[in-house]
Amino acid sequence: MITRDEFDTIARNGIWKQNTSIAQILGLCPLLAVTTNAVNGIMLSLATILVMALSNVAVASLRNFIPHEIRIPVFILIVAALVTVVDLLFNANLHELYLVLGIFIPLIVTNCIVLARVEAFAAKNPPLQSTLDGVFMGVGMLWTLALLGALRELLGNGTILGGIDMVFPALQPIHVLPESYPGFLLGLLPPGAFILLGCLIAWKNWMDARAAERARLKPPAPVASAGCH
Amino acid sequence: MSTVREFTAPGMAARTAAILFVFVIVFTGLLSGAYQWTKPAIEASAAEEKMKLIDEVLPRSEYDNALLRDTVALPPVPELGLADPSTAYIARRAGQPVAAVFEAVATDGYAGKIRLIVAVRADGRVAGVRVTQHKETPGLGDYVEVKKDKNKARPWIAQFAGLSLADVPAREWKVRKDGGRIDYYAGATVTPRAVTKAVLKAAQWFEASRNTLFAQGDAR
Repeated sequence: MITRDEFDTIARNGIWKQNTSIAQILGLCPLLAVTTNAVNGIMLSLATILVMALSNVAVASLRNFIPHEIRIPVFILIVAALVTVVDLLFNANLHELYLVLGIFIPLIVTNCIVLARVEAFAAKNPPLQSTLDGVFMGVGMLWTLALLGALRELLGNGTILGGIDMVFPALQPIHVLPESYPGFLLGLLPPGAFILLGCLIAWKNWMDARAAERARLKPPAPVASAGCH
Repeated sequence: MSTVREFTAPGMAARTAAILFVFVIVFTGLLSGAYQWTKPAIEASAAEEKMKLIDEVLPRSEYDNALLRDTVALPPVPELGLADPSTAYIARRAGQPVAAVFEAVATDGYAGKIRLIVAVRADGRVAGVRVTQHKETPGLGDYVEVKKDKNKARPWIAQFAGLSLADVPAREWKVRKDGGRIDYYAGATVTPRAVTKAVLKAAQWFEASRNTLFAQGDAR
Protein backbone atom coordinates (compact mmCIF):
# COMPACT_ATOMS: atom_id res chain seq x y z
CA MET A 1 0.00 0.00 0.00
CA ILE A 2 2.43 2.62 1.17
CA THR A 3 6.08 2.40 2.07
CA ARG A 4 7.70 4.02 5.05
CA ASP A 5 9.72 6.24 2.72
CA GLU A 6 6.66 7.41 0.84
CA PHE A 7 4.93 8.27 4.10
CA ASP A 8 7.96 10.20 5.34
CA THR A 9 8.23 12.15 2.10
CA ILE A 10 4.54 13.07 2.10
CA ALA A 11 4.67 14.09 5.76
CA ARG A 12 7.86 16.11 5.37
CA ASN A 13 6.62 17.83 2.22
CA GLY A 14 3.36 18.81 3.86
CA ILE A 15 4.71 19.96 7.18
CA TRP A 16 7.90 21.68 6.13
CA LYS A 17 9.40 21.39 2.67
CA GLN A 18 6.33 22.36 0.64
CA ASN A 19 4.45 24.03 3.49
CA THR A 20 1.38 25.67 1.95
CA SER A 21 1.80 29.01 3.64
CA ILE A 22 5.57 29.54 3.85
CA ALA A 23 6.92 27.52 0.90
CA GLN A 24 4.16 27.36 -1.71
CA ILE A 25 2.73 30.71 -0.54
CA LEU A 26 -0.77 29.60 -1.48
CA GLY A 27 -4.11 30.38 0.09
CA LEU A 28 -3.04 33.78 1.39
CA CYS A 29 -6.53 35.24 1.28
CA PRO A 30 -8.00 33.04 4.03
CA LEU A 31 -4.66 33.16 5.82
CA LEU A 32 -4.71 36.94 6.12
CA ALA A 33 -8.39 37.12 6.93
CA VAL A 34 -8.48 34.50 9.62
CA THR A 35 -5.22 34.55 11.57
CA THR A 36 -6.15 37.41 13.87
CA ASN A 37 -5.76 34.84 16.63
CA ALA A 38 -4.39 31.34 16.97
CA VAL A 39 -7.77 29.70 17.61
CA ASN A 40 -9.23 30.99 14.33
CA GLY A 41 -6.17 29.78 12.45
CA ILE A 42 -6.42 26.33 14.01
CA MET A 43 -10.14 26.10 13.29
CA LEU A 44 -9.72 27.06 9.64
CA SER A 45 -6.89 24.55 9.32
CA LEU A 46 -8.95 21.76 10.87
CA ALA A 47 -11.76 22.44 8.40
CA THR A 48 -9.20 22.56 5.58
CA ILE A 49 -7.66 19.24 6.62
CA LEU A 50 -11.08 17.63 6.38
CA VAL A 51 -11.88 19.12 2.99
CA MET A 52 -8.42 18.46 1.51
CA ALA A 53 -8.42 14.84 2.64
CA LEU A 54 -11.90 14.32 1.16
CA SER A 55 -11.26 16.10 -2.13
CA ASN A 56 -7.89 14.37 -2.57
CA VAL A 57 -9.32 10.92 -1.96
CA ALA A 58 -12.26 11.63 -4.28
CA VAL A 59 -10.06 12.87 -7.12
CA ALA A 60 -7.48 10.12 -6.62
CA SER A 61 -10.19 7.47 -6.81
CA LEU A 62 -11.72 8.97 -9.95
CA ARG A 63 -8.45 10.03 -11.58
CA ASN A 64 -8.49 7.28 -14.20
CA PHE A 65 -11.91 8.37 -15.45
CA ILE A 66 -11.05 12.03 -15.84
CA PRO A 67 -9.77 13.03 -19.30
CA HIS A 68 -6.72 15.25 -19.11
CA GLU A 69 -8.25 18.11 -21.13
CA ILE A 70 -11.22 18.66 -18.82
CA ARG A 71 -9.54 17.83 -15.52
CA ILE A 72 -9.73 21.36 -14.10
CA PRO A 73 -13.52 21.80 -14.48
CA VAL A 74 -14.04 18.30 -13.12
CA PHE A 75 -11.75 18.99 -10.14
CA ILE A 76 -13.57 22.22 -9.39
CA LEU A 77 -16.88 20.41 -9.64
CA ILE A 78 -15.73 17.71 -7.23
CA VAL A 79 -14.19 20.10 -4.71
CA ALA A 80 -17.12 22.52 -4.76
CA ALA A 81 -19.68 19.72 -4.44
CA LEU A 82 -17.79 18.09 -1.57
CA VAL A 83 -17.33 21.31 0.35
CA THR A 84 -21.02 22.11 -0.02
CA VAL A 85 -22.07 18.64 1.08
CA VAL A 86 -19.71 18.79 4.08
CA ASP A 87 -21.14 22.21 4.93
CA LEU A 88 -24.73 20.93 4.74
CA LEU A 89 -24.05 17.75 6.70
CA PHE A 90 -22.23 19.65 9.43
CA ASN A 91 -25.06 22.14 9.68
CA ALA A 92 -27.72 19.44 9.92
CA ASN A 93 -26.05 16.80 12.08
CA LEU A 94 -23.30 18.46 14.11
CA HIS A 95 -24.88 21.81 14.68
CA GLU A 96 -22.83 22.74 17.76
CA LEU A 97 -19.58 22.09 15.93
CA TYR A 98 -20.96 23.84 12.86
CA LEU A 99 -21.51 27.01 14.85
CA VAL A 100 -17.78 27.02 15.65
CA LEU A 101 -16.31 25.65 12.44
CA GLY A 102 -19.12 26.46 10.03
CA ILE A 103 -18.11 29.94 8.96
CA PHE A 104 -14.72 28.61 7.94
CA ILE A 105 -15.99 25.90 5.61
CA PRO A 106 -17.24 28.23 2.85
CA LEU A 107 -13.98 30.17 3.22
CA ILE A 108 -12.11 27.06 2.18
CA VAL A 109 -13.63 27.16 -1.29
CA THR A 110 -11.64 30.33 -1.88
CA ASN A 111 -8.46 28.53 -0.89
CA CYS A 112 -6.55 27.65 -4.02
CA ILE A 113 -4.44 25.18 -2.04
CA VAL A 114 -7.25 22.63 -2.26
CA LEU A 115 -7.28 22.73 -6.05
CA ALA A 116 -3.49 22.93 -6.13
CA ARG A 117 -3.05 19.67 -4.20
CA VAL A 118 -5.76 17.95 -6.23
CA GLU A 119 -4.00 18.95 -9.45
CA ALA A 120 -0.42 18.46 -8.28
CA PHE A 121 -0.80 15.31 -6.22
CA ALA A 122 -4.17 13.55 -6.16
CA ALA A 123 -4.49 13.47 -9.95
CA LYS A 124 -1.31 11.39 -10.17
CA ASN A 125 -1.31 9.27 -7.03
CA PRO A 126 -3.38 6.50 -5.44
CA PRO A 127 -6.12 7.35 -2.91
CA LEU A 128 -4.22 6.45 0.27
CA GLN A 129 -1.20 8.57 -0.56
CA SER A 130 -3.48 11.39 -1.70
CA THR A 131 -5.45 11.35 1.55
CA LEU A 132 -2.22 11.54 3.53
CA ASP A 133 -1.01 14.37 1.32
CA GLY A 134 -4.21 16.29 2.03
CA VAL A 135 -3.90 15.68 5.76
CA PHE A 136 -0.24 16.63 6.01
CA MET A 137 -0.61 19.71 3.82
CA GLY A 138 -3.36 20.69 6.25
CA VAL A 139 -1.13 19.96 9.25
CA GLY A 140 1.58 22.15 7.72
CA MET A 141 -1.00 24.88 7.31
CA LEU A 142 -2.22 24.29 10.87
CA TRP A 143 1.05 24.99 12.63
CA THR A 144 1.88 27.92 10.38
CA LEU A 145 -1.50 29.56 10.85
CA ALA A 146 -1.48 28.84 14.59
CA LEU A 147 1.97 30.43 14.91
CA LEU A 148 1.04 33.40 12.76
CA GLY A 149 -2.23 33.84 14.65
CA ALA A 150 -0.47 33.61 18.00
CA LEU A 151 2.11 36.22 16.96
CA ARG A 152 -0.56 38.54 15.60
CA GLU A 153 -2.77 38.43 18.67
CA LEU A 154 0.22 38.76 21.00
CA LEU A 155 1.27 41.86 19.11
CA GLY A 156 -2.23 43.21 18.60
CA ASN A 157 -3.97 42.35 21.87
CA GLY A 158 -1.35 40.93 24.21
CA THR A 159 -3.27 37.65 24.56
CA ILE A 160 -2.73 34.01 23.78
CA LEU A 161 -5.66 31.84 22.65
CA GLY A 162 -8.07 34.73 22.23
CA GLY A 163 -11.37 33.33 20.97
CA ILE A 164 -10.92 30.04 22.84
CA ASP A 165 -14.13 30.84 24.69
CA MET A 166 -15.98 30.44 21.39
CA VAL A 167 -14.82 26.84 21.11
CA PHE A 168 -14.78 25.93 24.81
CA PRO A 169 -17.03 28.40 26.62
CA ALA A 170 -15.42 27.51 29.96
CA LEU A 171 -11.97 28.74 28.95
CA GLN A 172 -10.82 32.32 28.80
CA PRO A 173 -8.05 33.93 26.73
CA ILE A 174 -4.76 34.26 28.60
CA HIS A 175 -3.37 37.75 28.94
CA VAL A 176 0.39 37.44 28.56
CA LEU A 177 1.08 41.12 28.56
CA PRO A 178 -0.41 43.34 31.27
CA GLU A 179 -4.09 44.18 30.80
CA SER A 180 -3.05 47.78 30.26
CA TYR A 181 -1.21 46.83 27.06
CA PRO A 182 -2.69 49.30 24.56
CA GLY A 183 -2.57 46.85 21.65
CA PHE A 184 -0.68 47.31 18.43
CA LEU A 185 -3.31 47.44 15.71
CA LEU A 186 -0.86 46.66 12.91
CA GLY A 187 -0.64 43.13 14.23
CA LEU A 188 -4.34 42.56 13.59
CA LEU A 189 -4.53 44.26 10.19
CA PRO A 190 -3.58 42.58 6.90
CA PRO A 191 -0.29 44.53 6.51
CA GLY A 192 0.84 43.14 9.87
CA ALA A 193 -0.04 39.66 8.67
CA PHE A 194 2.04 40.20 5.53
CA ILE A 195 5.01 41.45 7.53
CA LEU A 196 4.89 38.55 9.98
CA LEU A 197 4.37 36.05 7.16
CA GLY A 198 7.45 37.53 5.49
CA CYS A 199 9.38 36.98 8.72
CA LEU A 200 8.21 33.36 8.87
CA ILE A 201 9.24 32.75 5.26
CA ALA A 202 12.64 34.32 5.94
CA TRP A 203 13.03 32.11 9.02
CA LYS A 204 12.20 28.99 6.99
CA ASN A 205 14.67 29.96 4.26
CA TRP A 206 17.33 30.64 6.88
CA MET A 207 16.71 27.23 8.48
CA ASP A 208 16.90 25.54 5.07
CA ALA A 209 20.06 27.42 4.10
CA ARG A 210 21.69 26.49 7.40
CA ALA A 211 20.74 22.83 6.99
CA ALA A 212 22.08 22.83 3.43
CA GLU A 213 25.32 24.44 4.59
CA ARG A 214 25.77 21.82 7.31
CA ALA A 215 25.05 19.01 4.87
CA ARG A 216 27.70 20.43 2.54
CA LEU A 217 30.34 20.83 5.24
CA LYS A 218 29.73 17.51 6.93
CA PRO A 219 31.53 14.51 5.46
CA PRO A 220 29.04 12.20 3.75
CA ALA A 221 27.28 10.22 6.43
CA PRO A 222 27.68 6.46 6.29
CA VAL A 223 23.95 5.91 6.34
CA ALA A 224 21.97 7.91 3.84
CA SER A 225 20.44 10.52 6.08
CA ALA A 226 17.00 11.59 5.04
CA GLY A 227 16.83 14.36 7.60
CA CYS A 228 18.89 16.99 5.82
CA HIS A 229 17.27 19.20 3.30
CA MET B 1 -5.76 0.09 -37.96
CA SER B 2 -9.30 -0.20 -36.79
CA THR B 3 -8.66 1.99 -33.77
CA VAL B 4 -7.97 5.08 -35.89
CA ARG B 5 -11.61 6.05 -35.95
CA GLU B 6 -11.73 6.34 -32.19
CA PHE B 7 -9.15 9.06 -32.17
CA THR B 8 -10.74 11.50 -34.60
CA ALA B 9 -11.09 14.96 -33.12
CA PRO B 10 -14.91 15.09 -33.12
CA GLY B 11 -15.06 11.64 -31.60
CA MET B 12 -12.70 12.62 -28.80
CA ALA B 13 -14.57 15.84 -28.20
CA ALA B 14 -17.88 14.02 -27.98
CA ARG B 15 -16.42 11.46 -25.60
CA THR B 16 -14.90 14.16 -23.38
CA ALA B 17 -18.13 16.12 -23.38
CA ALA B 18 -20.06 13.00 -22.44
CA ILE B 19 -17.71 12.33 -19.51
CA LEU B 20 -17.98 15.89 -18.29
CA PHE B 21 -21.74 15.64 -18.60
CA VAL B 22 -21.81 12.49 -16.50
CA PHE B 23 -19.66 14.13 -13.79
CA VAL B 24 -21.95 17.14 -13.72
CA ILE B 25 -25.07 14.97 -13.44
CA VAL B 26 -23.61 12.81 -10.68
CA PHE B 27 -22.31 15.68 -8.54
CA THR B 28 -25.38 17.85 -9.05
CA GLY B 29 -27.43 14.86 -7.95
CA LEU B 30 -25.21 14.48 -4.91
CA LEU B 31 -25.64 18.15 -4.06
CA SER B 32 -29.40 18.24 -4.44
CA GLY B 33 -29.72 14.99 -2.51
CA ALA B 34 -27.67 16.35 0.37
CA TYR B 35 -29.63 19.60 0.28
CA GLN B 36 -33.02 17.90 0.38
CA TRP B 37 -31.92 15.49 3.08
CA THR B 38 -30.47 18.13 5.40
CA LYS B 39 -33.10 20.83 4.77
CA PRO B 40 -35.57 19.92 7.56
CA ALA B 41 -32.85 19.62 10.21
CA ILE B 42 -31.19 22.88 9.15
CA GLU B 43 -34.50 24.75 9.15
CA ALA B 44 -35.44 23.33 12.55
CA SER B 45 -32.21 24.41 14.20
CA ALA B 46 -32.41 27.84 12.57
CA ALA B 47 -35.94 28.30 13.98
CA GLU B 48 -34.85 27.17 17.43
CA GLU B 49 -32.07 29.73 17.44
CA LYS B 50 -34.47 32.46 16.40
CA MET B 51 -36.55 31.76 19.51
CA LYS B 52 -33.47 32.11 21.66
CA LEU B 53 -32.62 35.35 19.91
CA ILE B 54 -36.00 36.92 20.56
CA ASP B 55 -35.22 36.67 24.27
CA GLU B 56 -32.07 38.68 23.66
CA VAL B 57 -33.75 41.55 21.83
CA LEU B 58 -36.87 41.79 23.95
CA PRO B 59 -36.89 40.85 27.66
CA ARG B 60 -39.63 38.40 28.54
CA SER B 61 -40.79 40.62 31.40
CA GLU B 62 -42.08 43.21 28.92
CA TYR B 63 -44.89 41.13 27.50
CA ASP B 64 -47.31 38.49 28.66
CA ASN B 65 -48.74 37.03 25.47
CA ALA B 66 -47.70 33.91 23.58
CA LEU B 67 -45.39 35.88 21.32
CA LEU B 68 -44.52 32.98 19.06
CA ARG B 69 -48.15 32.42 18.15
CA ASP B 70 -49.01 36.11 17.80
CA THR B 71 -47.66 36.56 14.32
CA VAL B 72 -48.17 38.72 11.27
CA ALA B 73 -47.21 37.24 7.92
CA LEU B 74 -45.26 39.88 6.01
CA PRO B 75 -44.98 39.96 2.23
CA PRO B 76 -41.47 40.61 0.86
CA VAL B 77 -40.50 44.03 2.27
CA PRO B 78 -37.85 45.79 0.16
CA GLU B 79 -37.36 48.47 2.87
CA LEU B 80 -36.17 45.74 5.24
CA GLY B 81 -34.05 44.10 2.57
CA LEU B 82 -36.33 41.07 2.64
CA ALA B 83 -36.84 39.44 -0.73
CA ASP B 84 -38.92 36.63 0.74
CA PRO B 85 -42.05 36.63 2.89
CA SER B 86 -41.26 36.71 6.60
CA THR B 87 -42.98 36.74 9.94
CA ALA B 88 -43.30 39.51 12.50
CA TYR B 89 -44.03 38.66 16.14
CA ILE B 90 -46.22 40.98 18.18
CA ALA B 91 -45.57 41.35 21.90
CA ARG B 92 -48.53 42.42 24.01
CA ARG B 93 -49.12 43.18 27.63
CA ALA B 94 -52.70 42.87 28.89
CA GLY B 95 -53.81 42.86 25.28
CA GLN B 96 -52.06 46.12 24.40
CA PRO B 97 -49.25 45.89 21.82
CA VAL B 98 -45.89 46.77 23.40
CA ALA B 99 -43.42 45.79 20.72
CA ALA B 100 -42.87 44.05 17.41
CA VAL B 101 -40.04 41.65 16.61
CA PHE B 102 -39.17 41.21 12.96
CA GLU B 103 -36.36 40.34 10.63
CA ALA B 104 -34.28 42.73 8.56
CA VAL B 105 -31.40 42.23 6.18
CA ALA B 106 -28.42 44.47 5.56
CA THR B 107 -27.76 43.87 1.90
CA ASP B 108 -24.50 45.84 1.66
CA GLY B 109 -22.24 44.01 4.10
CA TYR B 110 -18.62 43.25 3.31
CA ALA B 111 -19.41 39.66 2.36
CA GLY B 112 -23.02 39.17 1.42
CA LYS B 113 -26.15 39.68 3.42
CA ILE B 114 -26.23 40.31 7.16
CA ARG B 115 -29.46 39.02 8.68
CA LEU B 116 -30.78 40.84 11.71
CA ILE B 117 -33.55 40.44 14.20
CA VAL B 118 -34.95 43.74 15.42
CA ALA B 119 -37.34 44.50 18.25
CA VAL B 120 -39.03 47.92 18.25
CA ARG B 121 -41.28 49.11 21.07
CA ALA B 122 -44.70 50.55 20.35
CA ASP B 123 -43.37 54.09 20.96
CA GLY B 124 -40.78 53.63 18.19
CA ARG B 125 -37.77 53.01 20.44
CA VAL B 126 -35.52 50.17 19.38
CA ALA B 127 -35.58 47.50 22.09
CA GLY B 128 -32.73 45.45 20.73
CA VAL B 129 -30.93 44.23 17.63
CA ARG B 130 -29.00 41.03 17.04
CA VAL B 131 -27.19 39.63 14.04
CA THR B 132 -28.53 36.19 13.21
CA GLN B 133 -26.52 35.29 10.14
CA HIS B 134 -23.55 36.86 8.39
CA LYS B 135 -20.45 36.05 6.42
CA GLU B 136 -18.31 38.96 7.56
CA THR B 137 -14.58 38.43 7.97
CA PRO B 138 -13.80 36.44 11.14
CA GLY B 139 -11.86 38.57 13.59
CA LEU B 140 -12.45 41.81 11.72
CA GLY B 141 -16.04 42.69 10.86
CA ASP B 142 -17.74 39.97 12.85
CA TYR B 143 -17.95 41.98 16.08
CA VAL B 144 -21.48 42.96 15.07
CA GLU B 145 -22.31 39.51 16.38
CA VAL B 146 -22.39 39.69 20.19
CA LYS B 147 -20.64 36.35 20.62
CA LYS B 148 -17.63 37.57 18.65
CA ASP B 149 -17.52 40.99 20.28
CA LYS B 150 -14.57 41.41 22.63
CA ASN B 151 -16.38 44.04 24.66
CA LYS B 152 -18.66 41.72 26.62
CA ALA B 153 -19.86 44.39 29.05
CA ARG B 154 -21.22 46.63 26.33
CA PRO B 155 -21.23 44.88 22.96
CA TRP B 156 -21.22 47.03 19.84
CA ILE B 157 -24.73 46.07 18.79
CA ALA B 158 -26.15 47.17 22.17
CA GLN B 159 -25.76 50.79 21.06
CA PHE B 160 -29.02 50.58 19.20
CA ALA B 161 -31.09 49.73 22.25
CA GLY B 162 -33.14 52.76 23.26
CA LEU B 163 -32.58 54.74 20.06
CA SER B 164 -35.68 56.28 18.61
CA LEU B 165 -36.33 58.38 15.54
CA ALA B 166 -38.11 60.88 17.78
CA ASP B 167 -34.91 61.59 19.78
CA VAL B 168 -32.25 60.98 17.17
CA PRO B 169 -32.77 62.33 13.65
CA ALA B 170 -32.14 59.91 10.78
CA ARG B 171 -28.96 61.73 9.70
CA GLU B 172 -27.32 60.79 13.01
CA TRP B 173 -28.07 57.06 12.58
CA LYS B 174 -24.67 56.58 11.00
CA VAL B 175 -21.24 55.45 12.10
CA ARG B 176 -19.03 58.24 13.43
CA LYS B 177 -16.88 58.16 10.32
CA ASP B 178 -19.94 59.22 8.31
CA GLY B 179 -20.88 61.95 10.78
CA GLY B 180 -23.30 59.97 12.91
CA ARG B 181 -23.29 58.88 16.51
CA ILE B 182 -22.69 55.13 16.19
CA ASP B 183 -19.27 53.97 17.36
CA TYR B 184 -17.31 51.35 15.46
CA TYR B 185 -13.95 49.62 15.75
CA ALA B 186 -11.12 50.65 13.44
CA GLY B 187 -10.27 48.13 10.79
CA ALA B 188 -13.77 47.31 9.64
CA THR B 189 -16.21 50.07 8.75
CA VAL B 190 -18.25 48.46 5.99
CA THR B 191 -19.91 45.95 8.31
CA PRO B 192 -21.08 48.34 11.08
CA ARG B 193 -22.14 50.85 8.42
CA ALA B 194 -24.33 48.25 6.73
CA VAL B 195 -25.86 47.13 10.02
CA THR B 196 -26.51 50.72 11.14
CA LYS B 197 -28.24 51.51 7.86
CA ALA B 198 -30.41 48.42 8.12
CA VAL B 199 -31.46 49.28 11.70
CA LEU B 200 -32.37 52.80 10.62
CA LYS B 201 -34.46 51.43 7.77
CA ALA B 202 -36.12 48.99 10.15
CA ALA B 203 -37.04 51.81 12.55
CA GLN B 204 -38.40 53.88 9.67
CA TRP B 205 -40.37 50.97 8.29
CA PHE B 206 -41.83 50.36 11.76
CA GLU B 207 -42.89 54.02 12.03
CA ALA B 208 -44.68 53.77 8.71
CA SER B 209 -46.39 50.44 9.27
CA ARG B 210 -46.91 50.35 13.04
CA ASN B 211 -50.69 50.62 12.90
CA THR B 212 -51.29 47.99 10.24
CA LEU B 213 -48.81 45.72 12.03
CA PHE B 214 -50.47 45.95 15.43
CA ALA B 215 -53.98 45.76 13.97
CA GLN B 216 -53.25 42.46 12.28
CA GLY B 217 -51.76 40.45 15.13
CA ASP B 218 -53.85 37.78 16.72
CA ALA B 219 -54.56 39.05 20.25
CA ARG B 220 -55.23 35.76 21.94
